[in-house]
Amino acid sequence: MRIECPLCGGRDRREFYYKGAALVRPDVDAGAQAWDGYVHLRENPAGATLDLWQHEAGCGAWLVVSRDTVTHEVYGVQLAAAYSVGARA
Amino acid sequence: MRVSEQGSGDTVRFRFDGVGYSGRMGDTVASALLASGVKLVARSFKYHRPRGILTAGSEEPNALITVGKGAQAEPNVRATVQEVYDGLEVFSQSAWPSLKFDAMAVNDLAAPFLGAGFYYKTFMWPKAFWEKLYEPVIRRAAGLGRLSGRHNPDTYDKAFAFCDLLVVGSGPSGLMAARVAADAGLDVILCEEDSRMGGRLLVEREDVGGVPAAQWAERQVEALAAMPNVRLMTRTTVTGAYDGGVFGALERVTHHVPRSGAPLECFWRITAARTVLAAGALERPIAFENNDRPGIMMAGAVRAYLNRWGVAAGQRVVVFGNNDDAHRTARDLHGAGVEVAALIDARADAEVGDVPYPVHLGAQVCGSTGRGGLTSVRVRTGAGEVNIKADCLAMSGGWNPTVHLTCHMNGRPAWREDIAAFVPTPDAIPSLEAAGACNGAFSTAACLAEGAEAASRVVEALGGAASVEMPEAEDAAYRIAPLWAVAGKGRAWLDFQNDVSVKDVKQAAVENFRSVEHMKRYTTQGMATDQGKNSNVGALAVLADATGRGIPETGVTTFRPPYSPVAIAALGAGAQGKGFAPERLTTSHKQSEEMGAPMIEAGLWYRPSYFPRDGETTWRQSCDREVGYVRKAVGVCDVSTLGKIDIQGPDAAKLLDFVYTGMFSTLKEGRVRYGLMLREDGTVMDDGTCARMGAEHYVMTTTTAAAGDVMRHLEFVCQMLHPEWDVTFTSVTEQWAQFAVAGPKSRELLNGVLGEAIDNESWPFMACGEATVLGVAGRLFRISFSGEHAYEVAVPARYGAALFAELVKRAEAMGGGAYGMEALNVLRIEKGHITHSEIHGRVMAFDVGMERMVSDKKDCVGKVLAAREGLVDPMRERMVGLRPVGAVKSLSAGAHIFDAGAAHVHENDQGYVTSVCFSPDVGTMIGLGFVKNGPARMGERMVVRDHVRDLTVEVEICSPVFVDPEGGRVRG
Repeated sequence: MRIECPLCGGRDRREFYYKGAALVRPDVDAGAQAWDGYVHLRENPAGATLDLWQHEAGCGAWLVVSRDTVTHEVYGVQLAAAYSVGARA
Repeated sequence: MRVSEQGSGDTVRFRFDGVGYSGRMGDTVASALLASGVKLVARSFKYHRPRGILTAGSEEPNALITVGKGAQAEPNVRATVQEVYDGLEVFSQSAWPSLKFDAMAVNDLAAPFLGAGFYYKTFMWPKAFWEKLYEPVIRRAAGLGRLSGRHNPDTYDKAFAFCDLLVVGSGPSGLMAARVAADAGLDVILCEEDSRMGGRLLVEREDVGGVPAAQWAERQVEALAAMPNVRLMTRTTVTGAYDGGVFGALERVTHHVPRSGAPLECFWRITAARTVLAAGALERPIAFENNDRPGIMMAGAVRAYLNRWGVAAGQRVVVFGNNDDAHRTARDLHGAGVEVAALIDARADAEVGDVPYPVHLGAQVCGSTGRGGLTSVRVRTGAGEVNIKADCLAMSGGWNPTVHLTCHMNGRPAWREDIAAFVPTPDAIPSLEAAGACNGAFSTAACLAEGAEAASRVVEALGGAASVEMPEAEDAAYRIAPLWAVAGKGRAWLDFQNDVSVKDVKQAAVENFRSVEHMKRYTTQGMATDQGKNSNVGALAVLADATGRGIPETGVTTFRPPYSPVAIAALGAGAQGKGFAPERLTTSHKQSEEMGAPMIEAGLWYRPSYFPRDGETTWRQSCDREVGYVRKAVGVCDVSTLGKIDIQGPDAAKLLDFVYTGMFSTLKEGRVRYGLMLREDGTVMDDGTCARMGAEHYVMTTTTAAAGDVMRHLEFVCQMLHPEWDVTFTSVTEQWAQFAVAGPKSRELLNGVLGEAIDNESWPFMACGEATVLGVAGRLFRISFSGEHAYEVAVPARYGAALFAELVKRAEAMGGGAYGMEALNVLRIEKGHITHSEIHGRVMAFDVGMERMVSDKKDCVGKVLAAREGLVDPMRERMVGLRPVGAVKSLSAGAHIFDAGAAHVHENDQGYVTSVCFSPDVGTMIGLGFVKNGPARMGERMVVRDHVRDLTVEVEICSPVFVDPEGGRVRG
């Protein structure tokens, strides 16, 4: 599997650290349910998924990778910083 | 027998089972043995039946050999792949005491009892027999080949390659594809499993482009070799297709020459924008009674040995087939002067033409004789059965396209009735196209055309323009009438490698293992090195027949990587020893070693355990002495392995406030503060100190173990959670050498090396700042892990070794010296300071008594979930000190804690011990541990029970701070 790092170009997935679902962190007073969802509850889709990877053995950038868990196709990659600004807006 | 010297190289000598043979350069062990008239080369796996060479490629199921001796012995090498060289030594397998007389051949007589499912039915009862009797016996008898059990001294390598077009296979399709793409300027990698490029062009008597096929292939290879955009890789098997255009490929670098120290194999990971699969096709056997005798071979292989190596596989050959391609074998043998005893075609309407040897149409070979080698075949014709004398039978049940790689990403091949074979489903692998025989196109002209067309499409897709010049070539139609198994009573073999007969497959169907995947596992058909390359289609055709279904409905088993066996050593190349765990060494490493310190691993770092002195016979003596340095004089310890992260920017304080539970924005410049980091679920992640060097400049330290995790965490916070912050940071762990100088005389020692002397006013507890150390610009932190008056002094790493030597020399002159990890651990346990033994991933700030360190003035990572009800329950296991009070004074980490008088069972568990040491100050062993509601149980007598070490100790629960509980010493 290969991931297209927006800063470095296409790289083998061995260069990347995998974290998990790309979620927006709730506010401190968002309530127990929101926090439970953020920390514990995960979708397990057969299909499109959005998750966080870090180009740890490369530039160190955190990335939000959109990919398919069935076909393993990578649809798109963006910097977590850019994604985060958009997702919170 | 060698019938032609054409194209063969110098004579080489090799040994097979201790007997010397000669071959020619370019021979495989198989072609050389056939040339020497050797028929019997192996015993079968289960029944130990005599077997010979069946094929001329990596799909060989019978002729498995062990190459070499001793630790380097390599089992299960196919004799059809191993090239001969001077001094090569190979051995047969699965035979004892010898190939000619194999004691285990009694299995063959017991065959009626050893059929499919035999293991499952026989070794069930009594249950206790499995482990003690059945398994050891079966294990001894089973297994293909033997590993030496010793460390393999051979080297293996790994490599990465990238290209526009990967071409898999160098037959007519592959060569054509590579040529078209290369001419158009693409970066091309052409992989060929064989030692020579050309595929079937090397073994067929036909013309391509007006010259003999092999010569045409040679010209193409020469042209490709001269192009800078082409990489030709022989002896390289593409073993697997993976996501994103990545392919695994095994290059057998030096198997064909004497051991030289160069890597034996190299595992490649090839990333290709496009791939043309031109893997060709594999011929399939026909099942009939005793179709496994040495001398019975594939017709295409017989032709290959004849045309490529000049070797006749027999002196009197019968050819048996169900398709036109088999006729070529008879033609070529006759042409080379080998007697063709008969051409037998199962099709009554086959067109043979006028040939000078006997032909039987509509006939089938239904049996054979000859113990160690074929002597005759029994032929069933319309007029009855006749025996025909022969020492070789060339059989062909048709050709199976080599679809394997197209199935590696869950693709299923499609059945084509006209060629009675499975072909690849288009787009089963994104960006891969199959061309030629592996796509079901069997004539040379069709292969050339498909290769050219596939490459042209690639060129156009990548924005180029292809020009193609098609050579003239043979374009005969491929006619076949399916024939899987000849009717008969005896055992007719489908899978030679696993001794699976037609009867076994039918038995599986009778016992309701009707799914092809179940049949495979019940009979073991398609297992081991050949993975059913010869037998899969035949076996499933028999299963389809037995279950009354068609072949497409029955389906195939799943082809998975690797296509042919790959040594684990090749897959793991570079990851043994230091490749697996590189060494990180501190600047003081050399001196520590010179001082005789045994090293202990801390992650990848190596740190000194203790520094032994003359007369000390145990590590404890050294450790106690070093603890004494710090408590009574001054000790020096390299603490450079702790993670150091330099953080700068206007929002540096915001970042620290967010990742630490405590406040760092209020920390004064020139001061250090202890901090605790949580995970978002509230659990303690790491701890350490953080120094404010300037208004927008902090230096964070992490534990040695968690340095990488913390760095990644900071990146995550700054990129994903707060990209708006203006802060930047970098790891400076390796840029700074840092030494703890601890003990009552620490300031006295430092004042001898600092440019400007310090006192308690100028440099109080938790002060930090720039400092000149022996003329070098460094940093000084007044922090203490030992609980003594202590400092950490840092200099750029290039001065580390010199400073360590100087500090140790001065400490020794003051009655102290260097101390190692053992003493460091004792000092911190005596002070109740935590490490990852305590913050082990299930522990909350509350559990280590640091709940007050979670500031209520701000948000921080983990704050919300750390406040959950159950995580601040006083009844949780919370940290305490442990002191033995009974007769037994020993403590052990990992032991559990129980109420006095309670049974030592899980239900009564009150907690556990995390750290223990002998405390010279206290005079006994002491420990840290977690006890339910621990802080409220001070003075209570409890029992520590270690079931593993069988140790029961009476203890008193006490404060975790055993030394200087008031904390006066650090401020002294």
